[in-house]
Amino acid sequence: MDRTIRVLVAKPGLDGHDRGAKVIARALRDAGMEVIYTGLRQTPEQIVSAAIQEDADVIAMSILSGAHNHLFPRVMELLREKKVDDVLVLGGGVIPDDDIPGLKAAGIAEIFTPGSPTPAIIEFIKNNLKRKA
Amino acid sequence: MDDPAELARRARGGDARAIARLISMIEREDPARLAVLKLLHAWTGRAHVVGITGPPGAGKSTLADKIVSELRGRGRRVAVVAVDPSSPFTGGAILGDRIRMMRHATDEGVFIRSLATRGHLGGLSRATAETVRVLDAAGYDDVIIETVGVGQSEVDVVRLADTVVLVSVPGLGDDIQAIKAGVMEIGDVFCVNKADRDGSERVLREIKSMLENAVLNGAATRFTPLYDAMACMGAASGENAGAEDAVPDDEAHRSFFRQRAPSAADGGSGHHGGTLPGYGSLAIPPVLATVAETGEGVKALVDAVKAHEAALALTGMLATRRRDNLAWELGKALAGRILARLEDDGRRTAVAGLAGSVMDRQTDFYDALDALERMLGSRQP
Ligand SMILES: Nc1nc2c(ncn2[C@@H]2O[C@H](COP(=O)(O)OP(=O)(O)O)[C@@H](O)[C@H]2O)c(=O)[nH]1
Ligand SMILES: [Mg+2]
Repeated sequence: MDRTIRVLVAKPGLDGHDRGAKVIARALRDAGMEVIYTGLRQTPEQIVSAAIQEDADVIAMSILSGAHNHLFPRVMELLREKKVDDVLVLGGGVIPDDDIPGLKAAGIAEIFTPGSPTPAIIEFIKNNLKRKA
Repeated sequence: MDDPAELARRARGGDARAIARLISMIEREDPARLAVLKLLHAWTGRAHVVGITGPPGAGKSTLADKIVSELRGRGRRVAVVAVDPSSPFTGGAILGDRIRMMRHATDEGVFIRSLATRGHLGGLSRATAETVRVLDAAGYDDVIIETVGVGQSEVDVVRLADTVVLVSVPGLGDDIQAIKAGVMEIGDVFCVNKADRDGSERVLREIKSMLENAVLNGAATRFTPLYDAMACMGAASGENAGAEDAVPDDEAHRSFFRQRAPSAADGGSGHHGGTLPGYGSLAIPPVLATVAETGEGVKALVDAVKAHEAALALTGMLATRRRDNLAWELGKALAGRILARLEDDGRRTAVAGLAGSVMDRQTDFYDALDALERMLGSRQP
């Protein structure tokens, strides 16, 4: 049975750049995944609800605006509220090293900062899916 | 959630996670989905299924977004199934239709799902059909299917719809895009989007004149009752557009339309017993200009889509259309089963053997075909 990995790629917050997110989206597609691209300026509520409807295995978010300490944990909180515990959540963007432990404690599985090689992201997803592949 | 009855119950209650899980089972052709779909079947057939098709970039997703808003304003629950192609090389896909519709993400009355075509050939229409049925059973009043209008499998998808909106745009060249002969077999409502751009008047004119020619030369006679009924609602284009005063909506006229509607008995070919007094039958389907980006013209488009649904019901053609579509779907599903049986390990060798003897001119093609049918047990020796 073919079990295609579905990844919701989202840009929460107010920053207006999504080139990085698009590069990731393309790399994931080329690795055989289905990428649901949701565009710029999404609220955590929109992201979680879209991820549920799309039955995403992974939520990959990127933030450049500095609001990650608020927005990433908020997404985790909403997932918990909706009793979704089998989605792998990844963060990316400009994120200071000091913030990473806190974000991981909040439930973000891994943080990829600019320059993270895309093969590493793909490997991480394949090895850490919370659902049976 | 793995119990079929529980999953069916939750999907029917509109539980987004259950619906989403079920659609994933459909997508990966999980045999466990069948028990759930069987349970849901009794609750299907209520939604108005609307197909939106046209070339890439025509503004279909933007239009769908605005149509959802309009329908929500009318108090309807709406689902969107957006189909995009998978990469033939990697099997992956970037599904971007949702970008245009994110404003509806947190609206409980809206469910949006992106589907990739994946490997399934005829399977695309199967997966889409099953998805539409789940959303129908879940209580969405309107289910919109967005699909790119290129290639046979995408065109097939519109056979799942009650009403098909064919979207075109100015500036795609002189050959009036994919809109060619037989177009009335595909489109019920014609939309020229990006009407803010130069050349949209010309595209509107070209589509209208093409439709008028089809009506005049009889290529569309089986649709005449439908177009006339739409004209009565003020929803048709062409010479008699807006002639709603000419035909009052009373029982006499309703029965007139019923009489003229192709009946199941004559195989849908129709009989056309004259025209209504004071009313020609030169009505053509609605051809409308929209600017999806601003929402201009979308209300009229939704009116036309709903008029088409009403006209289908009024003429009795809704039942005919759904029955024809289901017959087609059954045929496709059966063909799929037969192909799967031929793929069986034991049979694959036999098929290869027969193909070899056709190639060596020991058997002719048709004897080989008969032999295959006998092998599958579907033909008497
Ligand atoms: N000028 C103009 N652009 C539009 C209109 N509708 C959509 N677009 C733009 O056309 C592009 C493609 O739109 P999209 O809805 O994704 O098209 P689809 O591929 O058919 O689904 C986007 O950049 C839209 O903003 C319109 O009415 N006028
Ligand atoms: Mg689209």
